[in-house]
Amino acid sequence: MKPLIIKNGYVYDPLNRINGERIDIAIKDGKIVEDREINQAEAEVIDATNKVVMPGGIDIHTHVAGYAINSGRLYRPEDGHTLLEPRGSVCRSGAGYSVPSTFITGYRYARMGYTMLCEPAMPPLLARHTHEELNDIPIVDTVAFTLLGNNWIVMQYLKKGEYEKCAAFVAWMLRATKGYTIKLVNPGGVEAWAWRSNVKNLKDPVPHFGITPAEIIRGLSIVNEILRLPHSIHLHTNQLGVPGNFRITMETFELTRDIKANPFKGKRQQSIHVTHAQFSAYGGDSWKTFESEAEEIAKYVNTHSHVTIDIGQVIPGETTTMTADGPLEYNLHSLNSLKWINHGIELETGGGLVPFIYSKSNPVHSVQWAVGLELALLIENPFQVYLSTDHPNAGPFIRYPKIISWLISKKAREKEIQELHPAIGKRATIMSIDREYSLYDIATVTRSGQALALGISDAKGHLGVGADADVAIYDLDPNNITPDRVEKAFSRAMYTIKGGEIVVKNGEVVKEFVGKRFWVNPKVNENLERTMLREIRRTFVQYYTVNMANFPVQDVYVPLSAEIKIDSTAIS
Amino acid sequence: MPTVLTDVVCPYCGCLCDDLEVVIENNKIIETRSNCELGTKRFMEIDTQARLKAPKLRVNGELREATLDEAVRKAAEILVKAKRPLLYGWSCTECEAIRVGVQLAEELGGIIDNTTTICHGPTTLALQEVGISTCTLGEIKNRADMVIYWGCNPMHAHPRHISRYTTFPKGFFRERGQENRTLVVVDVRYTDTAKLAKFFLQIKPNYDYELISAFRLAIRGHKLPENVGGVPREKIEEIAKLMKTSQFVAIFFGLGVTMSGAKNRTIDNILSLTRDLHMFTKCVIMPMRGHYNVEGFDEVVTWETGFPYAVDFSRGYPRYNPGETSAIEALTRGDVDAALIVASDPIAHFPKETTRQLMSIPVVAIDSHESLTTEIADVVIPAAIAGIEVDGTAYRMDHVPIRLRKVIDPPKGVLPDREILLRILEKVREMKAAA
Repeated sequence: MKPLIIKNGYVYDPLNRINGERIDIAIKDGKIVEDREINQAEAEVIDATNKVVMPGGIDIHTHVAGYAINSGRLYRPEDGHTLLEPRGSVCRSGAGYSVPSTFITGYRYARMGYTMLCEPAMPPLLARHTHEELNDIPIVDTVAFTLLGNNWIVMQYLKKGEYEKCAAFVAWMLRATKGYTIKLVNPGGVEAWAWRSNVKNLKDPVPHFGITPAEIIRGLSIVNEILRLPHSIHLHTNQLGVPGNFRITMETFELTRDIKANPFKGKRQQSIHVTHAQFSAYGGDSWKTFESEAEEIAKYVNTHSHVTIDIGQVIPGETTTMTADGPLEYNLHSLNSLKWINHGIELETGGGLVPFIYSKSNPVHSVQWAVGLELALLIENPFQVYLSTDHPNAGPFIRYPKIISWLISKKAREKEIQELHPAIGKRATIMSIDREYSLYDIATVTRSGQALALGISDAKGHLGVGADADVAIYDLDPNNITPDRVEKAFSRAMYTIKGGEIVVKNGEVVKEFVGKRFWVNPKVNENLERTMLREIRRTFVQYYTVNMANFPVQDVYVPLSAEIKIDSTAIS
Repeated sequence: MPTVLTDVVCPYCGCLCDDLEVVIENNKIIETRSNCELGTKRFMEIDTQARLKAPKLRVNGELREATLDEAVRKAAEILVKAKRPLLYGWSCTECEAIRVGVQLAEELGGIIDNTTTICHGPTTLALQEVGISTCTLGEIKNRADMVIYWGCNPMHAHPRHISRYTTFPKGFFRERGQENRTLVVVDVRYTDTAKLAKFFLQIKPNYDYELISAFRLAIRGHKLPENVGGVPREKIEEIAKLMKTSQFVAIFFGLGVTMSGAKNRTIDNILSLTRDLHMFTKCVIMPMRGHYNVEGFDEVVTWETGFPYAVDFSRGYPRYNPGETSAIEALTRGDVDAALIVASDPIAHFPKETTRQLMSIPVVAIDSHESLTTEIADVVIPAAIAGIEVDGTAYRMDHVPIRLRKVIDPPKGVLPDREILLRILEKVREMKAAA
């Protein structure tokens, strides 16, 4: 691997407080190094004069691999026909716009300067599937979040208040699934959906299990912090997508207010990450009175450091919704009558899919568009709010550059608003917001913030010495910015460097390889683990249809394993 | 000393039971336990006379033994020369081999297709129209109080399905197993599965669409004619009422529904019935996938290309248009000028016209045992058996991925499908680079 020097670019590196300074970045053996460690004569020099240099992008929440997205591809060949990519000298071929096949998913992210993805919904029983697909997404590093918010054993332990045993079980599950964090989706509600029901609010007990969503959320947050996991709990709220749900979201924030972040490394402050919060920030009491409550959510976040969110920005147009939130998908299907997939996964979770068209002429969809941007613009600290579309739920990830242009320019927003439904003027506040993001803010909400929240800011999301050499160079002169130029530049990186290797040049993939898989392995006290395993064995044998010995994901499914060992033996 | 291996996975049907015990001694399988008759046969009959142990090439009309290198070179030569090769089979091999298969098809600009094309292809087409409400088998074990088998006979085709997953076992919410469930069978004949059922509806052949429609009307309270497809109105209404009042209804269907009458339109209707029942209760449905990894092929090809089967790379990007890019039609039309068959016997199963076409073009067959296809092939390469002699990944009929276990070593010199395919791929690249 040849050393690299990126010369003379405008560097945006928020974790090191570098805001557009012209600094040279030296790269050797896959890491960022001091300039003097490189023999200038041997190094390949990239001239970044009048270009923007940032750490590689990180997507904290994108459905790219596993059962759900694959069902989307399988049942939507019409989406495949929309955007085809032929085979090239380096690249494999593929198909799909909102549900792209795996190879082209990696290429498309790399072309935008992204170098790391988080697949946010891995059912433990189907974990092997998620990993198999992640192995076919080239270039980027990946992690997968393990779905645990409707798990029977978790609910049973938490109901009894046995946090330590629950922690031991969660540790075992994360190891067995090679997962990265605790993911909760409509906690309790997905189990209720197995009986065609749902939980109405945080106090509504889950059928049979008797535990409330509030107890599950708080319980798993406690478990998360006693295990000292790098990321916080990652939550898709109850009653997501329902008018008036912002109250539940605010109550949800309160559940972990007194829980202190306790990661074994990193400096994250949040004890809860509420994902695609746009879908959880609605007022009104019906679709007729539907309105934005982003302001309320933002006010809360601005005064509480224990919360982070990603926005889940709506993009007008056609897409495919998919979530472990089974009842939500049934409701969507009831709204738009488009083809509906439902899935139930024994002892664990469920899910569904429905194609969706966000229409510019629809008042609700237009307000939804405003809610996401309002969250991004009203939350003052960009380290608490990250860019996402909950790909592909609110729109496909290839539209991120469009969102960046909206964040960076009021004019670009106004132009879009002209095409949207006038309801936006009465039911949202977007038109009164003047704030425009700087490139420094953009770097924060597309990479550095994510790295901090995920607890990997030692190696990712910055360009300081010792960081992984994941770098994006955009053909954009910071002194000459227009929304169109911004969108164009962020769509096709001039260079993407991954692990010190140039993978994209002038917007085209020039090299591909398999990325690393990060996963956590918390080690708890042996006696505690033994007791827990004895207790859960009966449940496994009687109620699962796969033998316990065949349950854990074998090492072979993680070819480039980046195991994160955590000493959690203090739990007893 | 015999060794007992536990938690072994059965590579036979879509049940993919993973609780077998296999007793081995000196690299021979002595016994399997917990297994059904079909699975036992799978394990016990690997070393028969029909087992292929050496590669063969057709010389002057006769198959002669050859070295692996010769066979691989000939296979690559046939495939590189072809304008539109077909790569077919795949349902009885592991996902790792299928992944190489996709790469090879892409490299060759060929068509890749599997047995879905002649089994649950219509199911895929139907769920592309209306979607599907489904689940893993454990959901049914733990929750279902009504189980319906329609146009399938699991007692013969998936012998442990009923006892392991759906009806007999005790579930979390069904503590008394079968006593807590109502079993209904719909079929054209009184099968061994029907014998177990509380209700058996004997339907006239090709009346599935009508009977499904009758159920959809009945659950909405519409009036029915006296008799639909040989089933009296009262019976339909009784079952419809039971569907609505059950807590969790599970429907399984087989080729009796997919491959008769209106094909994908019939499946469209039964998937819609499942969806309609959500007005009243919870209902799920699942096709009874036959080969142990037919589901795995669909999954792998879908995530790698964007489409589930019948994928054509002739234009450099994946194209999916069943009826045009599917194996039967492409062959019958005379579009295909060479074929690579992996772990399948199309000569025994394809329609006569299609078989004739297949026999008129060069064929490379990779398989563990002799078959009608290896008999007509020009190149035959013996393969190790996934799940017995090789590990790998397979997907159960309910999408659950399971790691196949290796129990014994393959015969000397016999490689896994994935390694044979990799060698062919390398040779193909070499030849294309030289050309």
